[in-house]
Amino acid sequence: MMDSIYQMFLKNGLVLSFLAVGFIMLVTQFVSQKILRDKIPGVALAIALGLILASFGGKAGIADIPLFSGMALLGGTMLRDFAIVSTAYGASMDEIKKAGWVGVVSLFVGVFFNFIVGVTCAILFGYSDPAEIATLASGTCTFIVGPITGNAVGASSEIITLSIAAGVMKVLIVSVVTPLFKQLIGIETKTSAMVFGGVMGTVSGVSAALASINPKLVPYGALTATFYTGIAAILCPSVFYPILKWILI
Amino acid sequence: MKIYGVAILAACYFAGLVLGEMLGSLFGVKGNLGGVGFGMLFFILLTDWMKKKNKMTEDYAAGISFWTSLYIPIVIAMASIQNVNAAVNSGAVAIVSGIVATFLSFVSIRFLISLLKEERGV
Repeated sequence: MMDSIYQMFLKNGLVLSFLAVGFIMLVTQFVSQKILRDKIPGVALAIALGLILASFGGKAGIADIPLFSGMALLGGTMLRDFAIVSTAYGASMDEIKKAGWVGVVSLFVGVFFNFIVGVTCAILFGYSDPAEIATLASGTCTFIVGPITGNAVGASSEIITLSIAAGVMKVLIVSVVTPLFKQLIGIETKTSAMVFGGVMGTVSGVSAALASINPKLVPYGALTATFYTGIAAILCPSVFYPILKWILI
Repeated sequence: MKIYGVAILAACYFAGLVLGEMLGSLFGVKGNLGGVGFGMLFFILLTDWMKKKNKMTEDYAAGISFWTSLYIPIVIAMASIQNVNAAVNSGAVAIVSGIVATFLSFVSIRFLISLLKEERGV
């Protein structure tokens, strides 16, 4: 009987992955809220836990374990990209125009600047393949753009992992450090929250940071951060990568 | 019908990916270049326009927001299927670039916000 139950779970891999991810989020939300008292967002912990779980498998992470093969479908490029596009819902061009030229400038400065920093770090650490450098640099922009660029330019899962880790690092710092230096940074108004979201670009980090400064500012920062993700997902693989390749080769 | 909302999302997704494929072959890269980002942009433009025409019903939005709420769970699943063991040894590059980029971003935010204040005469 045990074997038939095991077979049943194997056949229902995708449904089992819903249960598994639900459990991961339950644990990390509990740790985030009750133990860390909302200092670190549950999202960052959950992604970090996902990476830790991946270490129990091999090349395909936890999906190498037959029971968790459904994770490969849930976390695969198809559903991932579909869900990312859905996050653009609610962002509107009129709202972004309200931020004025500083808002628009902050978006492009943010994406370009973070990418350049990522490229510089990757080169300093000895990477020379433009596809690898572009993937790492995209992860520095925000954790989701690393894998998008990585898949587009054909980078290995190892490099994609590093790009996710760089993005998660960013979420952690943004959510922990911003509230500590809120006076120094000067986020007080809606427009300054939009600049903040536009330069930082990590929706989860920006939302968590603004929630602890002033919850009313969250939608404004999240709006520009969403635009940032879209612009980075366009520019990193289709503009920055070809330029980088042209310079390096 | 909630599925109409999901179908609109799917249409924008494919419109973006088709453009990404075309760019890919233009640059001679095998992958899809920027398709997801273009998809997001098309989705913003289309849903924005539909809202203005009062064609965006609550039902459509519910179909879309189900997928939005799956975004983070999907990212967690994505993290769990990476080749983490191979990456652990070179983890320093991720940590350093994350830290440096974030701190330099704080500096530029400070600068941009001060420009903002000057412009408004505060």
